[in-house]
Amino acid sequence: MSTSLNIALLGNPNTGKTSVFNTLTGLSQKVGNYPGITVEKKEGVCKLNRTTKAHIIDLPGTYSLNASSMDESVVIELLLNKNSKDFPDVAVVVTDVENLKRNLLLFTQVKDLGIPTLLVINMADQMKRKGISIDIPLLEAKLDTKIALISTRENKGLDLLKNHLIDYRKLSTRPTIELEHIDQDYFENLKKTFPNQQLYKLWLVITQDVNFAKIDRNRVSDATDFKTQPESYLKRLQQKETVKRYQFINGTLKETLIIDREAATDLRSKLDRILIHKFWGYVIFFVILMTIFQSIFDWSSIPQDFIDTTFASLSEQTKNKLPEGLFTNLLAEGIIPGLGGIVIFIPQIAFLFFFISLLEESGYMSRVVFLMDRGLRRFGLNGKSVIPLISGTACAIPAVMATRNIENWKERLITILVTPFTTCSARLPVYAILIALVIPEGSFFGLNYQGLMLMFLYLIGFGMALISAWILSKTLKIQSKSYFVVEMPNYKLPLIKNVGITVWEKTRTFVTEAGKIILAISILLWVLASYGPGKDFSNAEQIVSQNHVNLKGEALINKINAYKLEHSYIGILGKSIEPVITPLGYDWKIGIALISSFAAREVFVGTLATIYSVESDAEETIKSRMGSEVRADGKPLFDLASGISLMLFYAFAMQCMSTLAIVKKETNSWKWPTIQLFGMSLLAYVIAFSTYQILS
Amino acid sequence: MIPLDQLTKGEQATIETIETDQLPLKLIEMGCLPGNSISLIQKAPFNDPLYLKIDESHLAIRKETAQHIFVRLIK
Repeated sequence: MSTSLNIALLGNPNTGKTSVFNTLTGLSQKVGNYPGITVEKKEGVCKLNRTTKAHIIDLPGTYSLNASSMDESVVIELLLNKNSKDFPDVAVVVTDVENLKRNLLLFTQVKDLGIPTLLVINMADQMKRKGISIDIPLLEAKLDTKIALISTRENKGLDLLKNHLIDYRKLSTRPTIELEHIDQDYFENLKKTFPNQQLYKLWLVITQDVNFAKIDRNRVSDATDFKTQPESYLKRLQQKETVKRYQFINGTLKETLIIDREAATDLRSKLDRILIHKFWGYVIFFVILMTIFQSIFDWSSIPQDFIDTTFASLSEQTKNKLPEGLFTNLLAEGIIPGLGGIVIFIPQIAFLFFFISLLEESGYMSRVVFLMDRGLRRFGLNGKSVIPLISGTACAIPAVMATRNIENWKERLITILVTPFTTCSARLPVYAILIALVIPEGSFFGLNYQGLMLMFLYLIGFGMALISAWILSKTLKIQSKSYFVVEMPNYKLPLIKNVGITVWEKTRTFVTEAGKIILAISILLWVLASYGPGKDFSNAEQIVSQNHVNLKGEALINKINAYKLEHSYIGILGKSIEPVITPLGYDWKIGIALISSFAAREVFVGTLATIYSVESDAEETIKSRMGSEVRADGKPLFDLASGISLMLFYAFAMQCMSTLAIVKKETNSWKWPTIQLFGMSLLAYVIAFSTYQILS
Repeated sequence: MIPLDQLTKGEQATIETIETDQLPLKLIEMGCLPGNSISLIQKAPFNDPLYLKIDESHLAIRKETAQHIFVRLIK
């Protein structure tokens, strides 16, 4: 007989909760859609022993059960909803040995909900260096629970944790504090009104503005209306509750925890002195960013070139080896180039998440938030907007989700609205191919022109994000209270395992989620390009050979293919928008790529690959094919003017359905994604138009 | 007794009173309670935000929030 139990992993941010989760579940974890840093629901499976399997949920990091952000309310919603299939049999609260006092606040709250609660004290490897010693048996007795003292860094104590989990039924569920002691009248009255309910649960329902729609309303039915006292009175009660909890914690730790400060060495103040220095702090941050962008471009180009040529030859071989027919064509002209358009992203995405996860894991990101808050506030943003703006360089979707820990609604909304201006990795292949085509090689004081152009595009993305944030902050009439509380965690050497899992997870979700769209669009495009209405398409061979009697062999076939494409469904579609895009310097083929890019930008290169491989059979890389494309007057289609106009169009236009969908979800209205779509696309059109007109 | 934003770098103080209605609960839960020790580690450029050590916690808050916390210097 095998049994399965539900485990919820809770803890303050920066306690190594995710490390514990990673160590327990390894690569068996599932991550919902596109998470930022522990933002979405993460689940995994862990075998505790031969007969017991654990289903573990890694809940977002939270300082207490009193939610002040959307992230945190996820935690309460789960813990209050007994009917949920994920409702935990046992809750595990992960704490950091160095911040035990503050971390225990959450532990007392969770335990008071009546859920069997186990305490994990992590980072045991730091104890010696910090001069900390703990009397575990006494602490277990005082807190009335079981404790696992572990170190994920040194992989110690995890067997003990598993054993405690197997024996979870032995855990006590007695509350740590009595709410009645805080305000006798109020809580007695509450208890009388809802005699069958647990008091602390009622209290949470009353004080939280959590969305309880999904929760069993019958059980805590009218408790939210039980506001017999004004809000400020309730808040004072919450403060009293906090004081009460700290009294309990202080009393407990006094006898069980000894910190010998003489023995402690202080890495924090040494590093802080440089990293948040008034001048050098910014210089270091700028250098780090530059290094990241340079390496993404440089290091990725080698595997990317390899991927590009591999798929080109794969497509060619498929055509040669398989019997001619519809299926072979679909494979060689639709599916393989489409897949190539997905795989080519992997190096860049992986590098970017590698760096972002290093910055997060080391504790440096909080320092950046601290340094940037004042400056960003001028533009109506928040120091915490730095994380979305930086993760936006990977993908706007996790970035929009990462805004959830900005407590101020107006600042959060502005961050959501401007984040898509940052140069996401889907724009990178578009930029990369256009830069290679239209920007000459060569260098200026050791900086090559192509690299400078890319840097310029990143800067202009950030710049536009800031400018529009400033405009929005002046025009949006939203009153919301500004709170800014950021923990400055200890510096830590990032764990390779955590970084590795982040890179793997993010890359995998990106490839599978975005990949589905790209592949579907590639196939759709192939169909649209391979079929057409009317006689022009079906009689292409005849028409072309009659009109060009002197053409023979390869040249004739190319001419026929070009004629077919022009009269296919997609050719007609592209031609129909040509009048609108001609002033920007684009032809109908780029028009097709633009249309398909509205599903997702990364489709651009894949689309051109599909269109051009339909048009020509020779084994060529997409870049050389684009380079040889000419206008009616014989000038290259992709020259400086049209190339830069196209890059700027991609820099500003809102061309990502998935981002719009996530903005709709996060703002809970169609208003904001609609404003984003039309505002950004109009801006892109105007700028691309003026650029082309000036440069050509 | 002085408002927290007038504390200078390196000074040690004790939290005397807090204006509960003006402070986020989160800050209170992180240890910003009367009686706890507090010191200013660093100010960001333009003196905002403030990097503090409150009790055992290291955290940063904005100047506007710090004005609602009153502290007494320890000599």
